[in-house]
Amino acid sequence: MTELLRLATAGSVDDGKSTLIGRLLYDSKAIFEDQLAAVEATSARMGAEYTNLALLTDGLRAEREQGITIDVAYRYFATPRRKFIIADTPGHIQYTRNMVTGASTADLALILVDARKGIVEQSRRHAFLASLLQIPHLVLCVNKMDLVDWSQARFDEIVDEFRNFAAKLDVGDLTFVPVSALHGDNIVTRSERSPWYDGASLLHHLEQVHILSDRNLIDARFPVQYVLRPYSAEHPDYRGYAGTVAGGGFKPGDEVLVLPSGFTSTVRSIDTADGPVDEAFAPMSVSITLNDDIDVSRGDMICRPHNQPRMTQDVEAMVCWMSDVTSLAPRSKLTIQHTTRTARALVRDLQYRLDVNTLHRDEETSSLGLNEIGRVTLRTTLPLFCDEYRRNRATGSFILIDESNNSTVAAGMIL
Amino acid sequence: MPSRSDTPHYRLSHLRALEAEAIHIVREVAATFEHPVLLFSGGKDSAVMLHVARKAFWPCALPFAVMHIDTGHNFEEVLAFRDAEVERHRLRLVVASVPDAITAGTVHDPGGPGASRNRIQTPVLLDAIERNGFDAVFGGARRDEEKARAKERVFSFRDEFGQWDPKNQRPELWNLYNGRHHKGEHIRVFPLSNWTELDVWQYIGSEEVRLPPLYFAHQREVVQRDGMWIGLTRHITVGSDETVQTRTVRFRTVGDATGTGAVDSEATTVEEVIAEVAATRVTERGATRADDRISEAGMEDRKREGYF
Repeated sequence: MTELLRLATAGSVDDGKSTLIGRLLYDSKAIFEDQLAAVEATSARMGAEYTNLALLTDGLRAEREQGITIDVAYRYFATPRRKFIIADTPGHIQYTRNMVTGASTADLALILVDARKGIVEQSRRHAFLASLLQIPHLVLCVNKMDLVDWSQARFDEIVDEFRNFAAKLDVGDLTFVPVSALHGDNIVTRSERSPWYDGASLLHHLEQVHILSDRNLIDARFPVQYVLRPYSAEHPDYRGYAGTVAGGGFKPGDEVLVLPSGFTSTVRSIDTADGPVDEAFAPMSVSITLNDDIDVSRGDMICRPHNQPRMTQDVEAMVCWMSDVTSLAPRSKLTIQHTTRTARALVRDLQYRLDVNTLHRDEETSSLGLNEIGRVTLRTTLPLFCDEYRRNRATGSFILIDESNNSTVAAGMIL
Repeated sequence: MPSRSDTPHYRLSHLRALEAEAIHIVREVAATFEHPVLLFSGGKDSAVMLHVARKAFWPCALPFAVMHIDTGHNFEEVLAFRDAEVERHRLRLVVASVPDAITAGTVHDPGGPGASRNRIQTPVLLDAIERNGFDAVFGGARRDEEKARAKERVFSFRDEFGQWDPKNQRPELWNLYNGRHHKGEHIRVFPLSNWTELDVWQYIGSEEVRLPPLYFAHQREVVQRDGMWIGLTRHITVGSDETVQTRTVRFRTVGDATGTGAVDSEATTVEEVIAEVAATRVTERGATRADDRISEAGMEDRKREGYF
């Protein structure tokens, strides 16, 4: 069975990220001849000496003209074992919001460093964002190993430095791979140039890394998205609560509790268009029917009586501000979207702004501007049913929306 | 991260994961918009999108209409398929007609042999969205199709002129989709964003999704144009310098009959098509769509104007 793995990469042209992605796509035959021909022609026209694989992902006119990646680009490749979705994001600090966006759904983050330069400010920032967004797996590719003569000592030095830094972060699984993206060493197969390296090639690691237990399979959470009531001759009394399982599992017969009402019932069936299933788990989209006729609607949360999310109107969270027009400050009023629930939110307090390069907390700050990350306290008009983001990404995340222009202005992670 | 069990029981195949994501998106739209509509051309992507949307609401009927932008240059087989699907699933069909718009003088027919009506579909589409008051419009576009699409959001905001502004897109995080808009604006929604051509075919195979026969190898009279095989229909005028041949071909994409090319193929079953798609080295649009060859930014420019 082919599984899905979502990975996020961040970086600039200099560290060889585009070359690395280009190689993964090319070696897995995900780049097509007409795409390559178009990229070769454009590279030649722009006077480049080599085929610029970045042009494969830089799809917008402005990006090609300026030779930069502005936005998240999604690329796809597959091996017989897994299908991969790459969220390819620009690495510069001015695109932190794009990195956060790409990282929000990722199972794995790929960070590249240049073996000659080692860990730089940008690598630390990317590692921090990966930990903030709780990407379960982090892979540090030490690239351009050919330019340091495949020195094991240099590789070990970089690994040690990164481990020391990562110890301060919340990083689950950390892997290091010495590579040369340009020459293809340790990308698809293990290279003879690094006999001292006993780990897997990058692609082998991406295919084998254990992602099944990354989901929360403990805390049963089902935000109700839509109520299915057919009123048809065939299903005159059917009432199904449609949604996507956000945590744990649900089985027929399970005792459940519905928030905010607090009513309890038992699961009668878990339905899909393909027929009923024995158990639903994340991220399945199903329809749950209950044995009791209780009032349930969109925005409600189905959970277990002895394992409930926090029901609260006071939310402590880390937020990344994403607007270049406005800033976040105490007393800001915004719309909050959390699971299938929407409310209004008031910023009651901004505790500190976090410097994403040094992790220093600036408690004197009075506002958060574009790409800035800080800790806030929100008061919401309706109770939210939430878990800590680090325990459940689906019930611990929210977005904030500017009510004047409807734009998404912040990503939030509940503490 | 806590875990309870690690048995294969908790595995979801990539197709099931993609389907679950698409169902989530479709339900989100139905729950939060007033007048959604699903663009249904009769092509394979819209057939898959319709299939997923119907599954999302089982046992209810599809809670919105489907809309076809009829260029007047359709393949007969595709129109027949469209009507059969509408009948079979008792769908509400809205047709927005390019020929009607030409007659009314709201758009100008480029004319000439094999002239493309690709560009004049856009005002017809936007007019239909406005007249019907649609606030969410599902499209079957995929990010692997084209590099401008690779940058587009699942919920893609359109202003009151139907325009896409690629530099001013809303950040899209987790599975929290922001569909807020003012009256007169709308959101294009792409539930199959993360699917590839191969995923679509594998899904068609596993779900037995019906398709027009054009997608499978058949004998057809064709002429060569711009390196593509263009099938003869009543919309094609054969030039004096063109030679008509009969070849065994199939269509990888199905659009306007004047601008969609066929490829040589012996694939008569879904399994054979999957094998062919898995081995192919040319993108489906590069192989078969004259409309995408206009310029490197052809799609971006058309999308800015309000194209699908």
